[in-house]
Parts: sequence; structure tokens; C-alpha cells
Amino acid sequence: MALTQAEVLIGIKEIVEEVAGIPADTIEMDKNFTDDLDVDSLSMVEVVVAAEERFGVKIPDDQVSELATVGDAVNFIVKVSA
Amino acid sequence: MIRVKKGTDSRILGVGGYQPSRIVPNSEIVDRIDSTDEWIRQRTGIEERRFAATDETILDMAEAACRQALERANISINEIDTVIVATITYPYQAPSAATALIARLGNPKAAAFDINAACAGFCYGVGMASDFIRSGTSRHVLVVGVEKLSDFTDPQDRATAFIFADGAGAVVIGPSDYPGIGPTVWGSDADSRDAILMEPSWNELREENSLERWPNISQQGQAVFRWAVFSMSKAGLRAIEAAGITPADLAAFIPHQANVRIIESMAREIGIPDSVVIAKDIRTSGNTSAASVPLAMSALLKDRPDLHGGLALLIGYGAGLVFAGQVVELPPKPSSPPTK
Repeated sequence: MALTQAEVLIGIKEIVEEVAGIPADTIEMDKNFTDDLDVDSLSMVEVVVAAEERFGVKIPDDQVSELATVGDAVNFIVKVSA
Repeated sequence: MIRVKKGTDSRILGVGGYQPSRIVPNSEIVDRIDSTDEWIRQRTGIEERRFAATDETILDMAEAACRQALERANISINEIDTVIVATITYPYQAPSAATALIARLGNPKAAAFDINAACAGFCYGVGMASDFIRSGTSRHVLVVGVEKLSDFTDPQDRATAFIFADGAGAVVIGPSDYPGIGPTVWGSDADSRDAILMEPSWNELREENSLERWPNISQQGQAVFRWAVFSMSKAGLRAIEAAGITPADLAAFIPHQANVRIIESMAREIGIPDSVVIAKDIRTSGNTSAASVPLAMSALLKDRPDLHGGLALLIGYGAGLVFAGQVVELPPKPSSPPTK
């Protein structure tokens, strides 16, 4: 069943908080992982793997660098879950 | 049917390490790769590493580590019947580093060969040595991990120049009245061979007739990170299960020293309890590929002599991609104190 944008965003907020220690309430769709949230490339890998497990999707390595913002990640996961 | 059975259980009798004297802090590297000390520490945990002198060879480093391991194991070189050298940076393809090493050590009759399993090479060697002893093929085996990665790293490469380093580590593995080395869990993910490469090939060098492109190691950091943390933690758990123990039975976790963040994430994924000491020799030694596990073991036992005789999970992983891990009993306390 396709996931909704809202439920994926909630999950991503929890994952980023857990991996990078960033309070979930400061994480919004337009935040850039690197510039706004200080999530570096290695933490990004941990976020991606956690998201794969949580949402049951595959996010290929070459796709990870395309996910600049929280919204990019949320929309990608919604798309591939459809 | 064969009528003779002569193998015994096996364990590690002694460990030795050797590091070159030249300490290379991050400050010596950052300018040429447009980086900072803080960035390197944050991404890898590395504060400094050792580079061998220009005239200091693989054999010089391996010999020093072996002599220390033999002394600590209280085993004479004449009792060694098999020598396994794990390296990817010995600059001759034949004859092997292992044969040159045993000639130097003074026992040029022992069986000797090199293995290429990159950063997993030492753990591949430990598994083979243990099985040689258990089958009766060998009685005392020297397993050596040695690298001079500074010869095969592009000093301008922003992805690798701050990671790799030089050194050697060795163990003596011998007979035991009880199992001191668990089954080796090993394998490959050979579809990801491109993730870590040493290029160009000798053939390419000859065709180009130029030394502008020297064989250097390159790696896709994020892909390797993902594989190391999430696939290797599963392999580590399998090695623990294969030994018939639980993570709480371990005294130490000594993984390949690739990156502090990989080490910490792996420990978390495996469920290593706080009571287990985690080797983080990478902070002052960098990534020494095949040498990193025995060097880390030697350094850990120097800092924590109480860990002698305890159980440790070893796991190596690297170019191939290949991996190997096993639970071992750390060697007993030698009569003379470790000096690394």
C-alpha cells in the first residue's frame, strides 16, 4: 500500500533525531540535510538504511546524493512505495 | 580410508605489532586535500597515522612484528612450520613476501605463501591457520598482516589520502587442549568489486609507458560505509553464534580499523554490551588494511593487560568486497611485558 507524505515525514523526523540527534520538531520538508540539519554523508547513509527498513523500500547508493532536502527523501519514499 | 588423525584444537599463543617511527598528524595532510583536522576527526576518528620511511619495506615491518609475536608466544622460529602473509602492498608479485620473510627469520623450510583478501586478509589467515592445525597439516603457524599503503595512496586524493597508513601485526597460532578459535564466518559481495579498487593494472601501465598514473587505491566511501555497518554487523553476529557464545561473553571487539564511525555503528548493530572493550586503534594508527586487526589487538593488550585470555570478536572486511570474522581467545599474558 502506498505511503502518505505525512506518515513518511513523521518517520523521517524520528530517524534523523535518532541518528543525528536533531530535535524532530525542527525538521521540516524544506530543510537541507547538509546545510540546515548538519547531517553529513555518513550519517545520511545511516538515515537511508533506517528509512529502508522502516518503510520497506530500496534507496540505491546513486540515489542518496540526489536527496538534498527532507522533502526530497519523503517524496522519493512515497513514490517508490506506490 | 586414511588411518591417521593428528589434528588438535588451536589458539593464539602470542601477538606482535610494529609501527614505523614517523608520526603523521592530520595537519601534515590537510593542505593538499583542502580539508581540516576537525573534518578528518569527525568523519573517521583519525588523529594521526604512521608512514614508513622510503627505505623501510614490507619485510622490515613484518619481520619486526613476527619477532615480537614469537617472543611473546615463547616459540622459536624453528617450531613454525607455516607462514601466511596477508598484504596487498608487497611490490613483487613473485616470489611471495612470506618466503622472503621466513628466510629473514631464519627458517627457510617452512611452508609459506601470501594471500590477497585486502583488509580482511588477516582474518582469512587466522581461519586458515586454525583449520591447518585442526586438520593436522600444521602445528605452529605465523599469520602476518602487513601494509605499506603510503606507497599506493594518491596523496592528493580527497577520499583516501587521510585514511591509509603503514604497519605490521602478527600472531603465532598453535595447538591447544580446547577450542581457542571459533569457526570462521567468511564470504564475498563480489558484485560490489568496484567499491574499492587499486588501479591501473600492470598491463595498463605498460601500454601507457608512463608512470604518471601509479597504482593507487580508490574507494566509494558511502557504499563501503553502508556495506560495512549493515552487512558486517550481521557477519559479526553469525561469528558469535558459530562460537556458541553471546555478545556478553566477549571481553573485546576488535574489528578492522577502517573508520571509528563504522566501528561504533557496527558495535551498536551487533548489540555489543558496554562491558566489552572496543578497539579504536585507528585514532592513532589510521587504516592499515591487513595489519589493522593484529596491530589493534597488540595495542589493546598493552593498554588493557587484563584482557589477556579473554574472548574477542575479530572481523575484517575490504576490497572485493570480502569479509571474514571469528571469535578468538586473546593470547595469554607473555612473560615479558608488551612494548607496542
